[in-house]
Amino acid sequence: MPGATAVEMRELVDSILTRHKKAPSSLIPVLQDLQDELRYLPEDCLTMVAHGLGISPATAYGVATFYAQFSLEPRGKYIIKVCDGTACHVRGSSPLYQAICKRVKLENGKATSKNGLFTVETVACLGACVIAPVVVINDKAYGQMTPEAINLIIDELEKEDGRDQVCKTAS
Amino acid sequence: MSWVLVNGERVALNGEKSLLDVVRKAGIDLPTLCYHPELSVYGACRLCLVEVKGWGIVAACHTPPQEGMAIETNTGELRRLRKIALELILARHDRECTSCSRSGTCRLQELAERFQVHQPRFKNGANGQSHRGRSIDASGPALVRDPNKCILCGECVRICSEWQGIGVLSFSQRGSHMSVSTAFDLPISETECVNCGQCAAVCPTGALVVKSHIDHVWEALHDPEKIVCVQIAPAVRVSIGEEFGLPPGDSTIGRLSAALRRLGADHIFDTSLAADLTVLEETSEFLKRFDAGERLPLFTSCCPAWVKYAEQFYPEYLVNLSTCRSPQQMLGSLVKRYYSGELGVSPKQVVMISIMPCTAKKFEAQRPEFTTGGAPDVDFVITTQELADMIREQGLDYTALPEEPLDEPFAKPTGAGIIFGVTGGVSEAVLRRAYEVLASEPAHAVEFTEVRGFDGLRSCELSFGDRTLRLGVVHGLSNAAALLKEIQAGTVHYDMVEVMACPGGCVGGAGQPLTRGDGRVRRRRGAGLYQGDSEQEVRRAQENPAVTALYQRWLGEPGSAEAHDALHTAYTPRRGNRSGDDGACAEVSSAHTAD
Amino acid sequence: MIKSAKQLAELEHSYNSALAGAAARIVVCAGPGCAASGSRAVYDRLVEELTERGSHVTVDYLMENGAKPGSGIVALESGCQGFCQKGPLVRIEPEGLLYTKVHPEDVPELVEAVIEGKILDRLLYSDPATGEVYAREQDIPFYQDQVRIALHNCGAIDPEDIRAYLGKKGYQGLARALTMEKQDVIEELDQANLRGRGGGGFPAARKWAIAAAQDSTDKFIICNGDEGDPGAFMDRSIMEGDPHSVLEGMAIAGYAIGASQGFIYVRAEYPLAVKRLQKAVQEAKEWGLLGDDILGSGFSFDIAIKQGAGAFVCGEETALIASIEGMRGMPKPKPPFPSVAGLWGKPTVINNVETLANVPRILQQGAKWFRKVGTADSPGTKTFALTGDVANTGLVEVPMGLTIGDIVFKIGGGMRQGDTLKAVQIGGPSGGCLPGELLDVPLDFDSLQKAGAMIGSGGLVVMGQQTCMVEVARFFMQFIQAESCGKCTFCREGTLQMLEILERITKGKGNLEDLDLLEELGRAIRQGSLCGLGKSAPNPVLSTLEYFHSEYISHIVEKRCPAGVCQALQRYLIDGERCRGCGRCVKACPAGAIGGNVGSPYMIDQEKCLRCGACVDSCKFQAIEVRA
Ligand SMILES: Cc1cc2nc3c(=O)[nH]c(=O)nc-3n(C[C@H](O)[C@H](O)[C@H](O)COP(=O)(O)O)c2cc1C
Ligand code: SF4
Ligand code: SF4
Ligand code: SF4
Ligand code: SF4
Ligand code: SF4
Ligand code: SF4
Ligand code: SF4
Ligand code: SF4
Ligand code: FES
Ligand code: FES
Ligand code: FES
Repeated sequence: MPGATAVEMRELVDSILTRHKKAPSSLIPVLQDLQDELRYLPEDCLTMVAHGLGISPATAYGVATFYAQFSLEPRGKYIIKVCDGTACHVRGSSPLYQAICKRVKLENGKATSKNGLFTVETVACLGACVIAPVVVINDKAYGQMTPEAINLIIDELEKEDGRDQVCKTAS
Repeated sequence: MSWVLVNGERVALNGEKSLLDVVRKAGIDLPTLCYHPELSVYGACRLCLVEVKGWGIVAACHTPPQEGMAIETNTGELRRLRKIALELILARHDRECTSCSRSGTCRLQELAERFQVHQPRFKNGANGQSHRGRSIDASGPALVRDPNKCILCGECVRICSEWQGIGVLSFSQRGSHMSVSTAFDLPISETECVNCGQCAAVCPTGALVVKSHIDHVWEALHDPEKIVCVQIAPAVRVSIGEEFGLPPGDSTIGRLSAALRRLGADHIFDTSLAADLTVLEETSEFLKRFDAGERLPLFTSCCPAWVKYAEQFYPEYLVNLSTCRSPQQMLGSLVKRYYSGELGVSPKQVVMISIMPCTAKKFEAQRPEFTTGGAPDVDFVITTQELADMIREQGLDYTALPEEPLDEPFAKPTGAGIIFGVTGGVSEAVLRRAYEVLASEPAHAVEFTEVRGFDGLRSCELSFGDRTLRLGVVHGLSNAAALLKEIQAGTVHYDMVEVMACPGGCVGGAGQPLTRGDGRVRRRRGAGLYQGDSEQEVRRAQENPAVTALYQRWLGEPGSAEAHDALHTAYTPRRGNRSGDDGACAEVSSAHTAD
Repeated sequence: MIKSAKQLAELEHSYNSALAGAAARIVVCAGPGCAASGSRAVYDRLVEELTERGSHVTVDYLMENGAKPGSGIVALESGCQGFCQKGPLVRIEPEGLLYTKVHPEDVPELVEAVIEGKILDRLLYSDPATGEVYAREQDIPFYQDQVRIALHNCGAIDPEDIRAYLGKKGYQGLARALTMEKQDVIEELDQANLRGRGGGGFPAARKWAIAAAQDSTDKFIICNGDEGDPGAFMDRSIMEGDPHSVLEGMAIAGYAIGASQGFIYVRAEYPLAVKRLQKAVQEAKEWGLLGDDILGSGFSFDIAIKQGAGAFVCGEETALIASIEGMRGMPKPKPPFPSVAGLWGKPTVINNVETLANVPRILQQGAKWFRKVGTADSPGTKTFALTGDVANTGLVEVPMGLTIGDIVFKIGGGMRQGDTLKAVQIGGPSGGCLPGELLDVPLDFDSLQKAGAMIGSGGLVVMGQQTCMVEVARFFMQFIQAESCGKCTFCREGTLQMLEILERITKGKGNLEDLDLLEELGRAIRQGSLCGLGKSAPNPVLSTLEYFHSEYISHIVEKRCPAGVCQALQRYLIDGERCRGCGRCVKACPAGAIGGNVGSPYMIDQEKCLRCGACVDSCKFQAIEVRA
């Protein structure tokens, strides 16, 4: 539920905390659940989580910034993970990554495109090395990718998003 | 008897926890940058490496000794490793010793010199990652954080969470991007930091230092329009000598007075006398509550770090806090409210400067409620270390100074006021008064050794007929939190609890000369205060003629309305961290009460 | 609910006879490789086709109604069958035929062939080198030298059906263990000399014995499924393809040391593994094979699944524990070792997925059986993820002691067309790069260590001539640098400096002293770091420095990348003969690096050139070439 209001966020945090019985050791699964819902971890939510679990906000921040999975910045609707593991690297993941960044027009140093549609990340090995290089978009894996092929896929996603927008305004 | 070999020589083992202890016992000072004897073992700096036959190279600080081990501390390989570790640390360190306030006491500087790292071979800014140019956080009243000088030893992180139980600082990010930071990199003033300064006291480098107010103090001293009053806290007298090579625990209050006079102070007062006053006010408050069985336990309120902690995390216990201001603020208030009038000047013309072992007092002095006639009751707080710096700047030979008396009307404290500077001292001072009231026969008891010592939590029970007074003493806020949890759970009961944030109380304050975690130094300072106590003719606050005079002159009697106005205060719950709505405050406390 | 070992055996029998009742089983691989090549669509099409023809029959139907011989065809999805390169794979049982690169369009024909008992030649595997065609999986050279112990069921059974696992004697190892004394279970494992497959090769029995000896009411078993090594997917395949073997291994370990709670720590990048494990735990509980009083023995054991959050270092034991406890995954000094004081300070055994998957088989078949495979010091097998420039990539399991050459050339079928072998990278970022000359090094824990590499978890990346070894070293250093937890000086600062130097060299800006500095730093990081990550971080650099020294020299002295990989060392040149002087390339160049006059040959200013390659495509006359 990206774009949630403050009240919705508090309710969400409360329900997730309850699900995990407010155990301080559940910090990571709590953040995972939270990010699943919001696509990122807003500061206020992280603070609420810390207070709810009885740990300091700085500790929660330290954990959230340690793990690559967590993002404190809003992320795109489509998360494009380009594998840069050994097998993929050897089979050309770097040019692929560059092509994607160019295609979705990432600005310097940013991971998310300006229109909020795409977030591009590299990951180390998705465990599908035999079909290297691999790109995963929102949990769907694409093997033996080339810059050309990925451009076509991104075209498709843009069209899909266009359709989603139309549906939204229609309803 | 079991033993190990250190560089071929037998060293007997006697319960040492690590090779580091063993090697140091053998008289060899291994370099360390992340080891602190009173914190958990971390093992990050890798400077304490030694070679153990059959094992290879290991870090001494976290390797337990084993019977028969052969340890080498000085091989070519070890020397190379130590040097390269220092080179690597220095590569991304903002090396500006000349203008660094830690210069001279910096452990990194000391080791770089000791291992002659004169030409670090690595680039600062490798891969665009420099530790230069990141912004310095001086937002807080007590601390300055310079991330460009942080070597990530983690001592600050550990002391804030292990000793104070707060966790204002944590590591963030990872790998070469790792840094020590507050939540969301907020300025420290917007966090739950209670300004105890312990993090700065353990920081081996200039990355965390106490905020200096020296310039303001010089300015006041050099201003002919101002009347400068200085107050000296109890714990300062037994530590400042260390800065000039004297042993810890030796009281140098006379020389201190002489030095301050030479720096230009007009009136030199003893905060211990205000502590005597605190004893009377607090005991009177306590006895009223004890008789009524209300708002017990009474928590002491003379430690401003503890007060802020309670305001943040235990708002429901604020009613239990003694309403007494701390001795520093009592004295400030008396000077601005009454004494300035007697001098015939306005409160604004008098500058009240405190010499404190404490960094939290810098914060306390800035609290808006502590003002008189628009002027702060205490204008500036400087620490023991800062005063030593001023004495050095002025070029005084401290050891050669004469002993000079302090100034009336705040010159002569009792023994009770003096022991305020060590954990258990406040309790003992209060007992000396309370006992007299509660015991049916006039008391002869002066020393209550039950409350002395350095255990994290101490308690004692005193019986008066059919009544029992249960007293708890804690130092360290995580000890306080543990005690509060038990009180909440109803598993323990106390009538009065003394809380001091710093290890050992104010003798271990963050403004004191650095001890590098050597607990013996604090003990000797504490012993020095007890010594001072035993040397006083008068050892009970209520018998201090100067205090009696103060009541006669200005305040009436303990607990009077006048005394209340001048010497007491009120507390309000506060939120440390920016955390959305106001409900967060209640949430903070419930988080702490939940388990 | 299964209450006894006898019931287990009965279930094994009834499942197998039910399956045998079907005319055939068509097993579609749903492993990661095949799934990404579209095996899901093949399966859906298959079910559709079978249903249309009225020959679809499910396992449930067969189990409930008893099997009449020849009653229809069962369609199943399995975990990775190994030969991922040729996926999507479809196997026909009981004959063991293997069809490769099967697409939904092929399904009708394939079903037709199965029904008629024929072989569909065009989908069979043919060896590109010899042209020989193989019908049965087991005859294919890729499978011939393999021995499957850990992967025994992987690719053979439906991982989402506990009955399929029971049909393969599942949980019978646990049943046997529960009849034994605890120390005898450990003794059996000790006899088998099962060494940890997570990289270190530490004897599992010794770890268990230490934990068993601790006096504590709470103890834990942790299965390490973090598998962060880039280029490795063995553990993923086991967790996805045969999750119950891991659960059973953990339960046996739990019994042996006296633990009643286990955790599986899985990478978050493996969502399917998480799902399968969750399902498996739930089923095992429903069947009484996890939970209270397992098989009436009085032993209770439960398993919870914890997802990692993207940190390679969390594969390290103490970091993994910190992560489960909800903290930053920063390793802690050892001792204390986890088997003495681990999770929440309690004795904890941490074993790798593959290690644990071996355990049930050892308990079932006995230590003697296990020791028949592999070498004396490293008995059993090891799985490898074979990838890179080799002809047949995939998941393989071989007896310990087989040589790298055998894997690459026999199982892997040699290099891809037209390439020759340059190096084999083994053991991921902690391992080393071995040159072709070292191909007869036997793959076992100790021999590899001597060669300057390590078995690691089992990634085996074959590299051909197009690989720049300096770039590979830089790549690993970048990985390690980004994954270092940042705690200790050598690893945090040292790897940063090493990376800086390597980047310098790949940009042609290195000097010869840099090589000494790399070695010195590498040695220091190896000796001085706190945890295994740092201790092994320099391996790729030190091994390439040793075996591929001349490539470093070329980069530094000649400013040339022999493999033509390092972009900064490439040179874009205009061939004066071919250039017609049309000037098109000038417009394409973002750097303004091309100059000249219309009509005569143009030139590229090497100082300005960004090596972006834009000009190459813009030239209609193929006049612009790239030189290494
Ligand atoms: C940086 C680092 C990463 C590791 N990653 C893994 C891993 O992904 N999977 C694994 O099983 N072991 C990994 N290990 C090894 C484990 O720490 C541990 O030794 C192993 O899980 C023990 O299991 P075993 O004895 O069954 O091999 C890693 C070690 C280090 C130092
Ligand atoms: S922290 Fe130490 S080494 Fe660094 S500039 Fe300050 S005095 Fe010098
Ligand atoms: S030590 Fe050297 S650099 Fe530092 S102030 Fe003195 S002369 Fe200058
Ligand atoms: S001053 Fe005290 S409370 Fe504040 S960060 Fe430092 S140790 Fe923590
Ligand atoms: S701020 Fe100081 S104490 Fe804290 S990690 Fe950095 S150097 Fe260590
Ligand atoms: S214990 Fe003393 S020195 Fe420490 S914060 Fe409290 S008042 Fe200050
Ligand atoms: S070696 Fe690296 S990963 Fe391991 S503790 Fe040190 S910094 Fe962290
Ligand atoms: S585009 Fe080709 S032919 Fe034309 S000027 Fe450039 S190099 Fe010459
Ligand atoms: S490679 Fe790129 S920068 Fe170089 S000349 Fe061609 S277009 Fe210009
Ligand atoms: S290296 Fe890319 S999937 Fe393994
Ligand atoms: S003192 Fe031992 S590692 Fe820092
Ligand atoms: S994924 Fe199908 S064979 Fe590996």
